[in-house]
Amino acid sequence: MAIQDERVCFTLTAIIKVENLRKTYGTTVAVDDISFEVAEGDIFGLLGPNGAGKTTTVECLQALRQPDSGMMNILGLDPRHDAPALRRQIGSQLQESALPDRIKVWEALDLFASVTPEKLDWQVLLEQWGLAEKRKSTFASLSGGQRQRLFIALALVNNPRIVFLDEMTTGLDPAARRIAWDLIRSIRERGATVILVTHFMDEAEKLCDRLAIVDRGKIVAMDTPQGLITQYASEVRVIFTSDFADLSWLHNIAQIKKITKSGPRVEVEGSGPVLALVAASLVEHGITPTDLRIEQPTLEDVFLKLTGKDIGE
Amino acid sequence: MRTLVKLSWVELKLFVREPITVIFTLALPIIFLFVMGGVFGNEASTDDGGMVVFRGVGPLDYYIPAYFALVMMAIGTVALPVHLAGYRERGILRRLRASSISVWSVLGSQLAVSFVIAIIGSILILICGIIAYSPNMPQEVGLLILAFLLGLISFTAFGFFLGAVLPSTRAAQGLGLILFFVMMILGGAGPPPEVLTGAMDIIGQITPLRHVIIILQDPYLGFGWNQNASLIVAGITVVAIALAARYFRWE
Repeated sequence: MAIQDERVCFTLTAIIKVENLRKTYGTTVAVDDISFEVAEGDIFGLLGPNGAGKTTTVECLQALRQPDSGMMNILGLDPRHDAPALRRQIGSQLQESALPDRIKVWEALDLFASVTPEKLDWQVLLEQWGLAEKRKSTFASLSGGQRQRLFIALALVNNPRIVFLDEMTTGLDPAARRIAWDLIRSIRERGATVILVTHFMDEAEKLCDRLAIVDRGKIVAMDTPQGLITQYASEVRVIFTSDFADLSWLHNIAQIKKITKSGPRVEVEGSGPVLALVAASLVEHGITPTDLRIEQPTLEDVFLKLTGKDIGE
Repeated sequence: MRTLVKLSWVELKLFVREPITVIFTLALPIIFLFVMGGVFGNEASTDDGGMVVFRGVGPLDYYIPAYFALVMMAIGTVALPVHLAGYRERGILRRLRASSISVWSVLGSQLAVSFVIAIIGSILILICGIIAYSPNMPQEVGLLILAFLLGLISFTAFGFFLGAVLPSTRAAQGLGLILFFVMMILGGAGPPPEVLTGAMDIIGQITPLRHVIIILQDPYLGFGWNQNASLIVAGITVVAIALAARYFRWE
């Protein structure tokens, strides 16, 4: 009984809790040591390069893989022992999965809806996810974007409390990705918690309430996107063009750390109110560039700083 | 249960939408039936050396129940293994599992579809045989139904086993077709088994098809229930189920 009570209290604070998760395949360490918590109603991101261990982590949570060690608690359940009960309350959009070529859109939704005892109206999902016209089309005839939307609709068909989306925008063109982002936000508006696995920086930055940066099977940083940027990449860049040869007086501004000049293009790096200080100083010296602008640090800078590599590598 | 029924219905529709499989499991045995009918007719006879062939009955009386078994074998060696291996290879099993569709629903639906296809295939064979050659009708219908169930479950289990161990669609197609044709020729669905000698006969004796044919033929021809053959078929079924359960993988 004591354990039961603990679980109830626990779900009030975090809907997912993972501690010291570890999973190896032979001698390859896929997940080294991962711990995190997800609050109910959040979009939580796992961001990292391919092979960082993101997918393995979420597959352990979905009871699709057995971890070697570590503690997992999701919706008060342990995926290792309560897989059937857990799977009924979560929705999954998996990487590298498919449906039979000749199954029709409506048949897939009808089939997946039959798993839950409650009667759910999957017709609404067809409308919401723009699949109504395609209801009688076969899976093989759908475009990449339509397939992704079908997979999301299938992930939502059991009215899940947590939805796992693994690289859902990979292979989509930019316009389709924008649409997918709106769709992910709408999942949260339904009241579900979203776990988003991605290697797209912009996606993680725009969508996630909180995110963990995963590298080589470990979480190297975890915060809100803005929190990560403030903490790890506080430096801004001020950029302008000028034919003026000697700009060394800019070094007198204490907040400036670095000046790079390539041809007429000047890039000034620093922290604090750099833009205002540079602007004032330029005007003082009679220089009024028309293209003076500031570049805020992005998640990409955070990632580069934390892992020492571009995500594409 | 609801999922099992839904999945069975979807799988049956998927089967019908796959023309190659439909031709292989339903049309091919009928084509063979007409070829054998064209070659041998339906007069009980001995060959030139005076040896009894076709178990002493008319060739078509021999082939009709044998081809019930051929439909089951087409399902068990080719259709099912290719289907299951393809599902695993393409991540369809993964997808089903993540949505808490159980292994019992996945395999149960395949059993249900196999059952429907085998019944349709056998009825088609019987109708074609009746129209073209006026053969004897089944003699002991109750025992024939029992034998039909046993044979079907056996080949379905065999299909589950192959589908569990073969890693890809290609492997399943290659090995399945070899098994199908070797068993067909040597197992008693090609030339009459009496003309097979030496090694061919020995190999024929160890094919599951030979025994499934016998358990179906005996009640069809009025020879009663074949105890030995039915025990062998039951044994193959148990082993196949055990191996399938041991080696089944979702991905």
